[in-house]
Amino acid sequence: MRRRLAAHGIDHTLLLLAPAVVFFAVVFLYPFLYGLVLSFQPERYVGALGNYQQFFADPFLRDTIGITLGLAVPAALFNVVASVPVAYRMRGAFRGKRLLIGLLVMPVTLGTVLIAKGLLTLLGARGWVNRALVGLGLVDDPVRFVNNYEGVMLTLIITGFPFAFLLTLAYLGGIDPMLERAAATLGAGPRQRFWQITFPLLAPGLTVTFILTFVLAFAVFPSAVLVGEPAGETRVLSIVAYRAAYEQFDASMASAIAMIMAAVQLVVLGFVLAVRGRMYRGVRARR
Amino acid sequence: MTAIAPNPRRRIVASPLSWLTWGFVGFFLIFLLALVGAVVVNSLGTRWLDHWLPDAFTTHWYGDAWRELGLSSVLLVTIEISGAVVALSLLLGVPAAYALARRDFPGRRLVVLAFLIPLLLPPVTYGIPLATVLLRYELGGTLAGVILANLVPSVPFVILTMTPFIEQIDPRIESAARTLGAGTATIFVRVLGPLLVPGMLAAGLLVLVRTVGMFELSFFTSGPGTQPLVVVLYYAAFSPGVRASQSIDATAVIYMAMMLVLLVAALSFVNPTNLVARLRERP
Repeated sequence: MRRRLAAHGIDHTLLLLAPAVVFFAVVFLYPFLYGLVLSFQPERYVGALGNYQQFFADPFLRDTIGITLGLAVPAALFNVVASVPVAYRMRGAFRGKRLLIGLLVMPVTLGTVLIAKGLLTLLGARGWVNRALVGLGLVDDPVRFVNNYEGVMLTLIITGFPFAFLLTLAYLGGIDPMLERAAATLGAGPRQRFWQITFPLLAPGLTVTFILTFVLAFAVFPSAVLVGEPAGETRVLSIVAYRAAYEQFDASMASAIAMIMAAVQLVVLGFVLAVRGRMYRGVRARR
Repeated sequence: MTAIAPNPRRRIVASPLSWLTWGFVGFFLIFLLALVGAVVVNSLGTRWLDHWLPDAFTTHWYGDAWRELGLSSVLLVTIEISGAVVALSLLLGVPAAYALARRDFPGRRLVVLAFLIPLLLPPVTYGIPLATVLLRYELGGTLAGVILANLVPSVPFVILTMTPFIEQIDPRIESAARTLGAGTATIFVRVLGPLLVPGMLAAGLLVLVRTVGMFELSFFTSGPGTQPLVVVLYYAAFSPGVRASQSIDATAVIYMAMMLVLLVAALSFVNPTNLVARLRERP
């Protein structure tokens, strides 16, 4: 019996997995299911679905889904699309490459508050940028860059681009450079080499990069408050979930919003994976 | 910035796009410099109204911020939380990664998928239910609660980065040690341990950077006296008027300096290019 189990890879080594699995069940799975059950026991609304009915009936709450997606999708798309040409040009070895990577990754260290304060100071009505624009006579009145949608979008690009770039660079590093050289020998031009050799090989990595960048942008919270317009244009899901939990002390409603947020995230994830499965099936078969 | 100058050999790739790309990189870096510059200048200025620069310069905001926000104890709390998270996530994650790397058992894919979920969901989605549960068990606002919450994404992160790392260690090394009479404990301490150190160092440093910067989970689960630096900084920035703008900026600069040290340490140990390249080799 023991030997037969071992043939399937089941033996004492699997016990090493036990602590992590128990931890996962107790600290992630149990609270998540607890939240799911709690969301069906409304504190303020009637019926098991009361929280969800209220969420979708009240435009103040319902619109947060569109607002969050309206920030996260363009931000994640931009970060991935912009990181491909930058990473592609940096795949070879050149002097100062490490320094340049370090500089591009630097925003990771800044922190939301520093970025928010920096944007408010730099792009505010009396900031350096508006001062220069007015001084040069390009605009008559200071441009409003912050405390709106654009301010949060800028934050999402500043924090998300380095992350997408680093991942794309890493995935490009995993592609054998000999393949492109072979294609060149066979007469493929630079454009053909990129679109027919590198890009199909990079596509799975780009899918992962998009998903991870999207998670970051979709979770946007502090910057939507600090540089956004938390009551209107940038009233994202995280903000209403936080308010329900810590300002209205309605743990049930907060859990319902958290579950809606998780569901939207999973739908986007499923959509991305479906598109990728449709587009690159041939590549997957070849690998 | 001479380092950015494109290699002449690579100019064969469509020229306008090339200009656009390097233009974007240049613009991004200049914008960042101005952004950080604005905060640093403000944190060093006395009064900055309608001029290009503050009226005069001073360093007293740093001392003020340090005292008013009690940063010495905040930093201590931050170090306690992130240190515990790094140690515990390695302790839980590395053995699990070893089992996943060495054994192919029914349900292995399900276990891997389950560990992926916390990394694919925004922290708010599991942070709020977790905070509710922690409150129920009287762990809300305690150091233990903050550490538990931060472990949720950290343990899977260690497992997913360490599994491919262990896969590339030749299992015959263990078999050889066993043939020579080493027990399981000896193999782990004297044979595998030293081989695992580089991977554990890399995973640990990345967890450290993530935890120090992780806002949401700490924000939901911490209370007075257990707030790490990110949370203290957010509260300072969120209630303007209570503190001078320069004092908040000084705190933000202190945070940046701390993260910069951590990131430089992480990047000098981890070559990001290798980390994912190894991930790709998984069958």
